[in-house]
Amino acid sequence: MSDLRRENRSLTLKLAGFAAGAFAFGFALVPLYDVLCEVTGYGNQKLLLERRDGAGAAPVAATGASAEDRTITVEFVTELPSVGSWDFRPVVRSMQVTPGRLYEADFVAHNLTGRDTVAQAIPNVAPGTATAYFRKTECFCFTPQKFARDEQRSMPVRFVVDPALPKHLDRITLSYVFYDDSTRVGALDPSAR
Amino acid sequence: MANTIHADHAHDHDHDHKPHGLKRWLFATNHKDIGTMYLVFALVMFFMGGAMALVIRAELFQPGLQFVDPQFFNSMTTVHALLMIFGGVMPAWTGLANWMIPMQVGAPDMALPRLNNFSFWILPFAFTLLLLTFVVPGGAPAGGWTLYPPLVLQMGDGFPLMIFAIHLMGASSILGAINVIVTIMNMRAPGMGLLNMPLFCWTWLITAYLLIAVMPVLAGAVTMLLTDHFFGTSFFSAAGGGDPVMFQHIFWFFGHPEVYILILPAFGIVSEIIPAFSRKPLFGYETMVYASASIAFLSFIVWAHHMFTVGMPLAGQLFFMLSTMLIAVPTGVKVFNWCATMWKGSITFETPMLFAIAFLFLFTIGGFSGLMLAVVPADFQYHDTYFVVAHFHYVLVPGAVFAIMAGVYYWLPKWTGRMYDEKLGKAHFWCSTIGVNVLFFPQHFLGLAGMPRRIPDYSTQFADWNMVSSVGAFIFGFSQLLFVAVVWKAARSGAPAPQRPWEGAHGLEWELPTPAPYHSWETPPPPSVIARGAEH
Repeated sequence: MSDLRRENRSLTLKLAGFAAGAFAFGFALVPLYDVLCEVTGYGNQKLLLERRDGAGAAPVAATGASAEDRTITVEFVTELPSVGSWDFRPVVRSMQVTPGRLYEADFVAHNLTGRDTVAQAIPNVAPGTATAYFRKTECFCFTPQKFARDEQRSMPVRFVVDPALPKHLDRITLSYVFYDDSTRVGALDPSAR
Repeated sequence: MANTIHADHAHDHDHDHKPHGLKRWLFATNHKDIGTMYLVFALVMFFMGGAMALVIRAELFQPGLQFVDPQFFNSMTTVHALLMIFGGVMPAWTGLANWMIPMQVGAPDMALPRLNNFSFWILPFAFTLLLLTFVVPGGAPAGGWTLYPPLVLQMGDGFPLMIFAIHLMGASSILGAINVIVTIMNMRAPGMGLLNMPLFCWTWLITAYLLIAVMPVLAGAVTMLLTDHFFGTSFFSAAGGGDPVMFQHIFWFFGHPEVYILILPAFGIVSEIIPAFSRKPLFGYETMVYASASIAFLSFIVWAHHMFTVGMPLAGQLFFMLSTMLIAVPTGVKVFNWCATMWKGSITFETPMLFAIAFLFLFTIGGFSGLMLAVVPADFQYHDTYFVVAHFHYVLVPGAVFAIMAGVYYWLPKWTGRMYDEKLGKAHFWCSTIGVNVLFFPQHFLGLAGMPRRIPDYSTQFADWNMVSSVGAFIFGFSQLLFVAVVWKAARSGAPAPQRPWEGAHGLEWELPTPAPYHSWETPPPPSVIARGAEH
């Protein structure tokens, strides 16, 4: 019987070791996944990381072969709805950009409503045919923005103009309308999500 | 069920020394007691998960939002899946393994009785944690049982509860699997070779290896979710250099073997019931063993067929499509063997056999829709539609669940010492079989017509088949109360069962008196008994 106990114990420990190995293997899949991506060139992590780390000043990074010579004018326009008291404007009126490169533009909003509030910017790109080629990688319009009473701050939008933009387009207008929660009561409160 | 079987034990032989009252269950080390607790636990989870399924089907009875809000609806689909997989089917298999494997291999008990107790008692805590998520801010998990980030990371305060619950469920099944392997490898009676074992032991042995290979990988994946959420790692966050698609790869590396964990023991049970009621040895015993092992091996190299639509190189699509289709070969061997076993047999149709035949027929339907899903261009159309829902419910409900029920009916006389009511059993069978087909067959049509899964509302062209499906759901759901009635009645007042209630049944469990004594095979069975039991 004690032989059996010993055998049971030894097999149990081996199997527990096997399970522990499987747990470690789960984590080993993380580097293995990156290696596989690198070998097959699929979902190129390095390039993605370069783009991320390079983000900051404009233009921040080129996407390699797709960058080109022509420049496009991007204009920034802001609008406010008739209700709510805000000051909302772009830091620069326009920017010369090269398609395929990542740029950053800032917008400044000042809450004059006299109370704490939440606001949401709704973007629009004109002309409509350019919409599909104008890519926002990060934008203050992606989430509702909380503003304390009388708070003023600058908010970034990062974008790339796709090099596939039709040649006849040389000017794109990015406009924002800034709504606060006085226009749609309750709908913008992030704590209610 | 616990009470009934307990009460039943009261009248059996008094030389079975056993503790009484609550202590018998809390400190249980007897494989039969622990098996009973697993089965009762699985039944409770089956009804809770079933209630959630009925909430889903009630909401989908008509287009529009009737009863629950979409967030709660998504919680229902998510928690229904987690309860049924980790709380229903897996503990039911472990319960059957506990009851039957020592009796079938001629061992006095499981090899590691105290570990056995521990692995069971983890489960109530795990599922309490999971169900607690319903009452914390943010609610229960609602991102699907596959827990894909980034959606799952947006969950409320219930997130860590859910992760720890999954850790505990995994720990429980790993410990249970280790116990099964050690029992089968070390505790077989002298003279009981591996290839003399009943197929239930074989398929469970293979299942147990799958469990210890992939449950830790799931534990790793959910640990990564946990550290991504709380400790600033970015395994799955693209902003930090990670990749959400990697989660899908790791999850399905666990997830695909998991579906064989759910179905392999079913193959074993059906491989015992069909020969018993055909009064013929199983056709191709060894090919059954090899087919099970091949399926288990193949299950490790097909995972990405769950994620064709996230994008992968053409070579990857071809590899995963073809390897997936390859699984149909050993599965086809099994289906062929079961049919060949019945061929020219003198078949009788008692309830276990009815469930086994329904399994054979309906599981094969689920297998065929699986083949359709394996075809990459077709999968782009079927992905995340009700066709997928119909597919996996066909293999899991009339597949795994029917096999569990077949096993319970088959062995209930041996467990309780009493026969169940055959008429009531057949009524349960027919209600379940009709209900399950009315429930899931129309979902094929819905999926092919383009209805997406996991939605609380749908466009009106889907209305008719959804209504049919919901009617089937309520038939199927409520007919399971018959199952409880059958088991209750059998344990309470069934006619005394003979030692071998099924004429054609072979295996060491039928060499034991009925009801099975509290301690069985304390002296190993003699070779002649083993030889008689191993006639397959």
